[in-house]
Amino acid sequence: MADIALIRSKPRKPPLSIPKGAADGAFITYATLLLAFLYMPVAILIIFSFNDSRVLAWPLSGFTLDWYRTLFANADLLEAVGNSFYVATLSTALALCIGIPAAMALHRFVFPGKALFRRLLLLPIALPGIVTGISMLNFFNLMGFNLSLHTVVLGHATALLAVVVIQVLARLQRLPPSLEEASSDLGASALVTFWYVTLPNIKTAIVGSGLLVFVLSFDEIPVTFFLTGRDNTLPMYIYSTMRRGVTPEINAVGTLLILFSVVLILLAAFLTRPPGRKR
Amino acid sequence: MAAIIELDSISKHYGPVVGVNHVDLAVEDGEFLTLLGPSGCGKSTLLRMVGGFEVPSAGTIRIAGVDVTAAPPQQRDVNMMFQDYALFPHMTVGKNITYGLERKGIKGTAARDKAEAALELVGLSGMFERHTHQLSGGQRQRVALARAVVREPKVILLDEPLSALDAKLREQMQVELKHMHEKLGITFLMVTHDQTEALVMSDRVVVMEAGEIAQDGTPEDLYERPATPYVANFIGTTNFLSARVVARGAGLVTLEAGNQELKATDVATSDGQAIGQIGIRPEKMQILKDTECRPVNVLPGTVVETIYQGLALRTVVRLSSGEEMLVDEILRQGMLHSDHPRAGDPVVLGVEPHNILLFGAER
Repeated sequence: MADIALIRSKPRKPPLSIPKGAADGAFITYATLLLAFLYMPVAILIIFSFNDSRVLAWPLSGFTLDWYRTLFANADLLEAVGNSFYVATLSTALALCIGIPAAMALHRFVFPGKALFRRLLLLPIALPGIVTGISMLNFFNLMGFNLSLHTVVLGHATALLAVVVIQVLARLQRLPPSLEEASSDLGASALVTFWYVTLPNIKTAIVGSGLLVFVLSFDEIPVTFFLTGRDNTLPMYIYSTMRRGVTPEINAVGTLLILFSVVLILLAAFLTRPPGRKR
Repeated sequence: MAAIIELDSISKHYGPVVGVNHVDLAVEDGEFLTLLGPSGCGKSTLLRMVGGFEVPSAGTIRIAGVDVTAAPPQQRDVNMMFQDYALFPHMTVGKNITYGLERKGIKGTAARDKAEAALELVGLSGMFERHTHQLSGGQRQRVALARAVVREPKVILLDEPLSALDAKLREQMQVELKHMHEKLGITFLMVTHDQTEALVMSDRVVVMEAGEIAQDGTPEDLYERPATPYVANFIGTTNFLSARVVARGAGLVTLEAGNQELKATDVATSDGQAIGQIGIRPEKMQILKDTECRPVNVLPGTVVETIYQGLALRTVVRLSSGEEMLVDEILRQGMLHSDHPRAGDPVVLGVEPHNILLFGAER
């Protein structure tokens, strides 16, 4: 018996032996190319936002902050940015407020039509944005709503609700049921249990799905296209100016958005850090 | 001694499936009672109904005389030690223990002092600030116990408390939990599928079978006087032989079993049925040597194999009637494995009348 275990534990020789250095070299090249493909466009965008020529072409002609100045002087663009933040914040809040209780209901209760309820909740994410957009437009017209940023918020929250439900439900299902039982056993009411035991353990899923909803809402076009009134969100504004080609101003907006994303990612990492020392 | 928990005709149905069937049970104040049985026998369901995690389909549960059948867990003066310990992963050891105190309105330094005392009780002083993921399995188990004990409940419920530990630690914790019970004087109600655990730790054991109580007694009762073949088989090992009564008289019943006439102490079978089979524990038989005086009953046979177990030697003997019997002999000083009969050797087994267990016919 011991002999068999010994033989098994010996590392097997690979059938085709490649020198270790060559394999490592190939892998590093591959990884570099992949990362370059992903991040070169981003780097170019950042570089050109500081280039003092209106034409996007090599070689770089000089350093300038003019595009950032014109950006901050462009009232339409600033309003669009403001609108996008407004819409993304409200849609995220709405999706979380509906999504978390929905996920908990799906997790905890057995009720007739539960499977159907789950499918219906998750369906909008699979629907093309155009379908959601048109159908909600019809609905709002029928109900006599005026189109505004608030109808956009309703559209985004509906389309993105599934993101919250899927992530929070997945986390709840991984949570041992004994935790909530132990809490009630130790004298906690349902509300206290939710606040002190359930919520801290699904916090990372809430933060993660919330950030995802925020970002998806921020750059959403199809649903916004149908549901917005006179106000434009940032992607809509950029799209409308694109008819005149990519301006360095847009590069500057892009750079600021990248900066904002990095801040969001750091914030998420901070909020979802494990307790105490490293696990 | 008064009953601290009274179960009055408790049933639990899951649709058409019966989990627990009309169980009556009174747990005495201060005793260590174990519900023992294989998985699916309803023991865990019964414990969870006492804890308030499941509501009985029928019947009444009283804790300290108060009807709590419909009360949620937070309103019951019992605390559970969960099988997976259920320590809150986002809290320190200290916070885990003070959690239950804060719910009772004990906060701040008062809570901290009580928690430290509970940690000392389970041998984990100075662990207050630790995170639960820094603890070993045995330490988690102690924290779970401290968390239950600190609330000073009337009863502590233990759901397979030692099943997640390795064999050596489990043995050590069995004794430790038993001592803890003696020290605290609180009633312990435990569920386990491990017969050794039940025998070692409990004052009283309730063996369950298919949602009903098969036997209720002290560990010695269950081992020495099992009421049914099911109990005899579940607790320890038993050789069964079908038997037929030939004659009765003078406190002895003469049976025909394994092609032999055997005399057994005449007691009624617990279910009042006519005798249909007998049981003999492997260690209550011996392989006779030529020099020994013969006991009342002898069973000739042939050795099939011997199994060396360190402490004991198990011999499998095939009787002339074809049944195989297990015989266990402790290997005392001077008793060598090599002196023992080998496979193929003819042997004679001896058994005393009072070591033959009488049961009704096989069902």
